[in-house]
Amino acid sequence: FRTKTQNFCRNEYNLTGLCNRSSCPLANSQYATVREEKGRCYLYMKTIERAAFPRRLWERVLLSKNYEKALEEIDENLIYWPRFIRHKCKQRFTKITQYLIRIRKLTLKRQRKLVPLRRKIERREKRREEKALIAAQLDNAIEKELLERLKQDTYGDIYNFPIHAFDKALQQQDAESESESDAEKEEDDDEDMDKREFVEADDSDLSDFEDMDKLETSSEEEPEEEEEVEKKASHSKSKGKTPLKGPARRKRPYIEIEYEKETEPTTKTKAA
Amino acid sequence: AGGGSGPVGSAAEDGGPSAPERVLFPPTFSVSEIKNKQRRHFMFLRWKQQQRKEKLAAKKKRRKEREALGDRAPPKAIPKTIENQRVYDETTVDPNDEEVAFDEATDEFAPYFNRQTVPKILITTSDRPRGRTVRFCEQLSTVIPNSHVYYRRGLALKRIIPQCIARDFTDLIVINEDRKIPNGLVLSHLPDGPTAHFRMSSVRLRKEIKRKGKEPTEHVPEVILNNFTTRLGHSIGRMFASLFPHDPQFIGRQVATFHNQRDYIFFRFHRYIFKSEKKVGIQELGPRFTLKLRSLQKGTFDSKFGEYEWIHKRREMDTSRRKFHL
Repeated sequence: FRTKTQNFCRNEYNLTGLCNRSSCPLANSQYATVREEKGRCYLYMKTIERAAFPRRLWERVLLSKNYEKALEEIDENLIYWPRFIRHKCKQRFTKITQYLIRIRKLTLKRQRKLVPLRRKIERREKRREEKALIAAQLDNAIEKELLERLKQDTYGDIYNFPIHAFDKALQQQDAESESESDAEKEEDDDEDMDKREFVEADDSDLSDFEDMDKLETSSEEEPEEEEEVEKKASHSKSKGKTPLKGPARRKRPYIEIEYEKETEPTTKTKAA
Repeated sequence: AGGGSGPVGSAAEDGGPSAPERVLFPPTFSVSEIKNKQRRHFMFLRWKQQQRKEKLAAKKKRRKEREALGDRAPPKAIPKTIENQRVYDETTVDPNDEEVAFDEATDEFAPYFNRQTVPKILITTSDRPRGRTVRFCEQLSTVIPNSHVYYRRGLALKRIIPQCIARDFTDLIVINEDRKIPNGLVLSHLPDGPTAHFRMSSVRLRKEIKRKGKEPTEHVPEVILNNFTTRLGHSIGRMFASLFPHDPQFIGRQVATFHNQRDYIFFRFHRYIFKSEKKVGIQELGPRFTLKLRSLQKGTFDSKFGEYEWIHKRREMDTSRRKFHL
């Protein structure tokens, strides 16, 4: 077939691949080629004596695997043949061995498997991804999750939001004052020893509270340093009340009582 | 020609185009039976208009009824979404499921979740990575703490893996590239862990994201995993979680999100700040990409002899629009 600059020959026995008078296997009655099959190279020869027998026309000779020996074999077989055919046969043989070597090397390495993209499926996937992105509403979801985590106190005491904490404290304190008053009423019915113990505990706690007060007022005067000393968090925006949660927690089981320090003693005195 | 069909029209077009309400079609008449294309089209448009009017009228009526009833009106109907209509997946994980909890306590990620191992991650690419992929790898390595990027020239994955195990890496990420853009991700948990193969799409590098933030700092980010409901989703979620060290540094205020929606996993990296206790602001920094799971393998990366736990089979799994697997 023709291209812009050259004619190519489609005959499979062609030696050079070009369509010329000198390299056409049909035009020449004495011709030879080298072809390879399954990695082995063969020398094919055609002579004029067998021109009447198409089945026996091409004679096949297996060439040795050794490069030099094979070249000698070609020479041997084509001994009185024209120079052109001999030369081209050897050239072709060389090229074939080179590409066979390359094939063997490549199969040892990892081959890149080309998987064809299916256009319809690609389009479908892209569309679905867009819709999923819109449905996901990522920003909202992330914000919600972060607020959830803040509520569940996973951040500990880094963030101090007084309103939130204060409300929580109030609620908890209310619940506990109710339960406390119940407890006190029950304990009034008990023996004196218990009452005394209870009262003494109250006194000590009252004294604790006085200390607390002092601590708290002092801390309110000097918010920064005390809290930094007390707390480990480096970023805390310190407002007066919440840092005392820590030490208060350690001293008494009831956490938020210091917020209601005015009313607390009154309830105690009523009970006593 | 369009104007000519009006007066020339046949008896079936009685009443003209002006009054669709008064059109009465004989009961066995169907618009598709008219052979003439122009007339058929015209009749179809008229029919459509009529349908729209009826729908509008019905809506108005419903709204009036609702207002008339006031408080006793029935509650508004919830619109159907794909998430609502999702085909129930029998492998959905119940939060209190003991079997799942037991499984998770004994699977390959247990040492991570028991805080025995610290993740160390190797990021690499396929052969000859081009510009975008290289930059993406770098950005990914800044997002994930304790990760290293190594390029390989022609080294087989199977030979890399024993070396990685010897050097104490816990995870391996391979980013596959096609025509200069990354399009695939292989995430492999190293000491003989599961390997997940994803298709990656819509990768945005940091400079392409519209934001004014700075780069991610070295602090360990928090991790958010959203919507991983089924067993498969759970295991993938744990895989992602095991990439990041267990103790996030809240000082850094960074969060990495893996959000699963309709089998697409969206990855985002943000910096957050709490403006008050009810409002939080987030600012996106860091690359973003979406993943779609293609296959999950039991052992480490082995495409021929590996034991696959889950493969996406297009013919079987993509048949229904409301069925998702993650």
